[in-house]
This record gives sequence, structure tokens and C-alpha cells, in this order.
Amino acid sequence: MSRRVPAPPAPEGSHLPSPPSAGTSQAVLLRTRKLVKVYRADGVTVEAVRGVDIELVSGEFVAIMGPSGSGKSTLLHVLGGLEPATSGEIWLRGQRVDGLSTAGWAILRRRHVGFVFQFFNLLSNMTVADNVELPALLAGATPRQARRRREELLAELGIADKAGVAPARLSGGEQQRVALARALANEPSLLLADEPTGNLDSSNTRDVLRLLRQAHDRGQAILMVTHDARVASLADRVINLFDGMVADDARIVPVPRVNGVRSVMELRG
Amino acid sequence: MRQPLLALLAKEPAHGYELKLALEQTFGEAYPSPNIGQIYVTLKRLEQDGLVRSQDVEQTTRPNKRVYELTAMGREALRAWVKEPSDGPRIRDEFFIKLILAPMAGLADRMELMNSQRRHYLGIMRNLAELHADTDASDTTARLLIEGAMLHLQADLDWLERCLEELV
Repeated sequence: MSRRVPAPPAPEGSHLPSPPSAGTSQAVLLRTRKLVKVYRADGVTVEAVRGVDIELVSGEFVAIMGPSGSGKSTLLHVLGGLEPATSGEIWLRGQRVDGLSTAGWAILRRRHVGFVFQFFNLLSNMTVADNVELPALLAGATPRQARRRREELLAELGIADKAGVAPARLSGGEQQRVALARALANEPSLLLADEPTGNLDSSNTRDVLRLLRQAHDRGQAILMVTHDARVASLADRVINLFDGMVADDARIVPVPRVNGVRSVMELRG
Repeated sequence: MRQPLLALLAKEPAHGYELKLALEQTFGEAYPSPNIGQIYVTLKRLEQDGLVRSQDVEQTTRPNKRVYELTAMGREALRAWVKEPSDGPRIRDEFFIKLILAPMAGLADRMELMNSQRRHYLGIMRNLAELHADTDASDTTARLLIEGAMLHLQADLDWLERCLEELV
């Protein structure tokens, strides 16, 4: 059950105004500097993200937690280019991306960023197979390559038999697996997941988590927003947001287990 | 310890070691294994209170064993225990007291206290999640106990967030 965990960024060092470094032992995949997102509507201003500095190295699995309204979903959307940042910097794979146009973001996402949402967001008028093949086709794969990749992914996620079915006929857990297959279709550098288990029962939650961990074990970097501590506890590191700012950023350190189940149960009283 | 022993004896008379095995078998890995000495002490007290009675059963090759059975009063006590609603888990007040008092005494910052408590909870949560994954799917009792612990922990974390919202 133990996995190799990449070292987190130095707790103090993240405040230094240095550009993404190339000299660290682990490649920095994603870094933000003083990232801000402000919504303005009808004279009302909401500062959803207020100066966030975070860093993610290749292959790392990081969870973002925080009370509702703390800005965690907004942050994820801005990081995936679904909404523009108001100010600050986003660096992905050494490239500054916060100034990209909508089209520029679309191209970047196609190749490097996969998205999984709470409500699956599958295309309802297409089959499962088409949903999963589409990203590969958009990224320039041949239909044959796209089909092979789709077959591989659906088999891996245990839904090979659903290829020809419309998403609406699937259970929530199955739809989320399709969404995961779609997100992984182009082997993105980064998988962004927004409450991926928020709409699932506990057994489907466990399945989706197992699949996320499998992807992580194969080196997939994941940044996941969740309010569910059971889900967050499987990440390497948890960033806690409060009021649009990073309140805490720390590796998860399991409590030493002396006597298996019993000691933990006793610990819980 | 008292009530589980009474409950097992309500099924059939047994001696101390049989009771230990029965407890282990019923609750599986997820429950602290009872110590045999503790079982004998508890049985002796139950007998003094008139809830069980015992008699020596002669054995040819070994020392006699003492077999316990439930008395009518014991059955009544057991019935009352089962009927009575159980207390919920107490709120983790030690942390809360620290959270309230430490900043007043200039000992710690509330945000820091909450962060370190959250890290601790998440570490325990990780253990529980791994235990759950490692627990045999057929061991329903153990899985339910672990899931219960996880849900309590989730509540502790949610409550920590409420404290954060109100106190910082």
C-alpha cells in the first residue's frame, strides 16, 4: 500500500519570487504566483482567489480542501483555463500560460490537462466510445489510434461492455469512469479533478478512488478538489484553502501503526 | 466488558477461555482483543453481583474448569442494557479547550493549532483508508467499525472547518 511520494515544496521557499526553477531534482509541473481571481457582477466584487502560490511536481497527487466558498473550485477552473485569471502567473511545464487565449487554452488542455467534474459532463448525444475517442481525435490521433486507446482505457476501467451505450443509461459511478477515461485519453501531464466523488455513493467512491490511485501509481499527476477527507487522505499532500488563500500545505503523514486495526480503533476511542 | 460477557452467556454457559475465543470470533480484528485475566476478573465481579453463577466441572486429564451461566437477574440486567439507548461519541473537547485557551495564554496561534490538528486527522484517515482496503471483504464487522471511525473523523474535520470560520 505504501507508495513513493515526491517531496513537497519547501514550506518557506514558496514565498521567494523566483521563476519556475529547472534545477530541482523533481520537475515542477505546475506553479502559480500570486494568483488572483476576482468576479465582478452588477457592482458586486467577489475575491474568490486571493494571491495563491502553489507548486506541483510531476507525478504528484495533491488534494485541495477548504470550506465551501474558500475558492477551491475557482482555483481549479482557473488552473485549467476554464476561467481567466484576474492577475498573477500560472506556469505549466515551464511555460507561462495565464495569458493564453481561449483557443490557446483549448489546445493546451487537449494535450496536457485532463478534467474530471462532479457531474461528469459527458456529451449526452454521443456514445461512451465517442466520448472517450473525441479528445484523441481532436488532438490529431488517427481514428484507429483513438479507437485502440479507447478500448484500452475502457477495459482498464472495467466498462468495456458499455462502449456503444449512451451515457445517460449508465449509473453515476460508470459515468464517472467514462469521464475519467476521457480525461486520460491523451495521457495528460496533469489531471484536474473537481469533487470527482461528490455525486457518488460510497462503493462507487471507492472504485473511482482506486482508479485515480492506479493512474497516480503509473505516474499521473493529479490535482483534486474535494471536501471529503476520506478521499483527500489518499493524496500525497493536502493544500487547505481558506478565504481564497492557502492556509496550510502539508504532506500527509500516516500515524504509525503498531498493532494494525486495533491500535487505530483504540486511537479513535 | 461486562455486557458482552453477559450477552455471550445468554446464549449458552461457557468457561472463561471459551468466552475470550467467542469475543474474538465475533468482532474479528477490528476490536481490541480481551485479555484472559480481565475476563476472569470481570466474571468474578459479575458473580458477586449475582448476575452469573458458576460451578466447577471436573475434568479427568486437566484441572477443573469453572463454567459460568447467566442468572435471572443477569438476564434482566442484559435486557435493560440492550434496550437503553447508547451515548453518542463525545465531542473532542481536549482540542477545543486548547483552541480556546492557548491563544489567550499567548501559547499558540489558532490557525497553527487547527492546521496541525487537521494534519493529524488526515494521517489517521489515511491509516483507516488503508486498513479498510486491506480488510477482507467478508469481514463485515471489521469493515463497519473502520467505516464508523472514518465517518467520525470526517465529522471532526468538518467541525474543525466550522471553528476556522468562526474563530479566525
